[in-house]
Amino acid sequence: MNQPASLPAAGSAKLFLLPMMTLAQREVVRFLRQRTRVIGALVQPILFWILFGAGLRGSFKPPEWAASSMTYQEYFFPGVAVMILMFTAIFSTISIIEDRKEGFLQGVLVSPVPRISIVLGKLLGGTILAVLQAVLFILLGPLLNIVGLAPDFETGITLAGFLPLVLFLFLLGFSLTALGYLIAWPMESTQGFHAIMSVFLMPMWLLSGSFFPAGESGWLSWIIRANPLTYGVTGLRRILAPEAGLPSAPGNPSMSVCLIVTTVVCIIYVAIAVWMTLQRSTRNAR
Amino acid sequence: MLSKPQIQETALTSRIRVADISHRYGDRLALNQLCFDVRPAEIFGLLGPNGGGKTTLFRLLSTLLPLQSGTANIAGLDLASQAQQIRTLIGVTFQSPSLDGKLTVLENLKHQAHLYGISGAPMRERIENALQHLGLTDRRHDLAESLSGGLKRRVEIAKGLLHSPQVLLLDEPSTGLDPGARHDLWKYLKQLQHNEGVTILITTHLMEEAEHCDRLGILHQGELVALGTPDELRASVGGDCLTIHADHLEQLSDQISAKFGVTPQLVNHSLRLEHSRGHEFLKELIDAFPEQVTSVSLGKPTLEDVFIHETGHQFWQAEETT
Repeated sequence: MNQPASLPAAGSAKLFLLPMMTLAQREVVRFLRQRTRVIGALVQPILFWILFGAGLRGSFKPPEWAASSMTYQEYFFPGVAVMILMFTAIFSTISIIEDRKEGFLQGVLVSPVPRISIVLGKLLGGTILAVLQAVLFILLGPLLNIVGLAPDFETGITLAGFLPLVLFLFLLGFSLTALGYLIAWPMESTQGFHAIMSVFLMPMWLLSGSFFPAGESGWLSWIIRANPLTYGVTGLRRILAPEAGLPSAPGNPSMSVCLIVTTVVCIIYVAIAVWMTLQRSTRNAR
Repeated sequence: MLSKPQIQETALTSRIRVADISHRYGDRLALNQLCFDVRPAEIFGLLGPNGGGKTTLFRLLSTLLPLQSGTANIAGLDLASQAQQIRTLIGVTFQSPSLDGKLTVLENLKHQAHLYGISGAPMRERIENALQHLGLTDRRHDLAESLSGGLKRRVEIAKGLLHSPQVLLLDEPSTGLDPGARHDLWKYLKQLQHNEGVTILITTHLMEEAEHCDRLGILHQGELVALGTPDELRASVGGDCLTIHADHLEQLSDQISAKFGVTPQLVNHSLRLEHSRGHEFLKELIDAFPEQVTSVSLGKPTLEDVFIHETGHQFWQAEETT
């Protein structure tokens, strides 16, 4: 049984990819075995979409850059997809705190896995789940029209447009999962994470142009423009309505700006997450 | 700092070398200038009450905690700068199982193998092997969270052994194991030691478990108070041990020292004495104080006596005070 020679040496490619994939797979399997989580992350945003859509229909005025016939539910649609990404990202990164408490994390940390594989594995798993749920919503959400719970509208997604959609959702999902990771990593308890969620993550989402459009000026407009998530929501809005050719406007940045900002922010989040994981700390031991 | 030839020499004579390690949690000194070597293919036990510093040392050696002061080598590799290489060589079994409860036993082991870069047929072979050795074959499809404490511990041990480590670190391995399983575990550890030359460092607070070790270090309040084979340690106590029970202990203690010139230790509502010819002293003692003494027991020193001898505390008392 003792064959140390057959083990890959520290730093080899096999010790980078295999652990990353195995940790990602574990993330997906765990999530699917906890049914309440699946329901929570998917059903709550859909309920929001239906209820807010119905409640705010009368008072919604489409922003200047959009078609005047746009209903609130249409406007809100990309925002709900982003909410699903965010919720799933958060639920999967909250498990870092559980992993630490239950002891699984220390087992991973004493293994020769490069720390970057630990981070990327976790993020990859969370992102796969987030993208799957968001795609499910984007494809099935408009069908709620049949039972009268959604307006009659086209998402403008074609077969050719499907790949860019999935790629952009992946980028945004990866970024949000990385943000969740660097919030969860220093946390001692899941209660702490819930507090951060209500005072930071929910407002970040509300002020990203997903819930209501940014005005032309005023402090609210500036906050929305400074929020990195705005560029994710707008990017998704543009991909979902390619023919509409939405003009670039304040609070409605162009596709290239959306891509650049989302990518740069994602890289920064991941870099911080890797750096945090590299530190040996008392907290990681049980 | 050791020069290169010195490091190689170290690797031949010791698998683990701990030199001058101290560790603080805030103001509390958990380890105080610890020094010891673990030789190749040796089972080395760190014995001490909970809170004595065993787990801190275990976490340092398993690369979870950063070294604050001092140096340590495992298989000739420096713990501070070569942690990544060390991680491929060591197998770690934690006191609190590091299992994922939502996964089955088999899935837990598969993920563990992948973390060490093992996959495919070699992985399946290793997992089969480990399941068999630890009697887990028919539990492989059970969710880890549904297992009893003892079974979880066995899976935990299987995890630590999957990649055939050269050095095995076990933190309180038999906690939660019933006597049968404990016996099997030790049989297996000795097999690993003899057949495959694995070096094993275990921490324990159980005297009977310490007896299985080739050499022991006794850890008390962060300091190594004794080091040697169980026999050497017992021999260091010198002769036999007498434990005396009486109604008025302090009064009796004074009388004994006045009459025989030896001062008994007051340990946990009894008086304790070491004497080279215990059986003779026992007779004299009873003759001298027939009324005061309610009971006396005489025995060869145990490891617990070694602990009391070195620290002046009984094992369980030490646990409460730290």
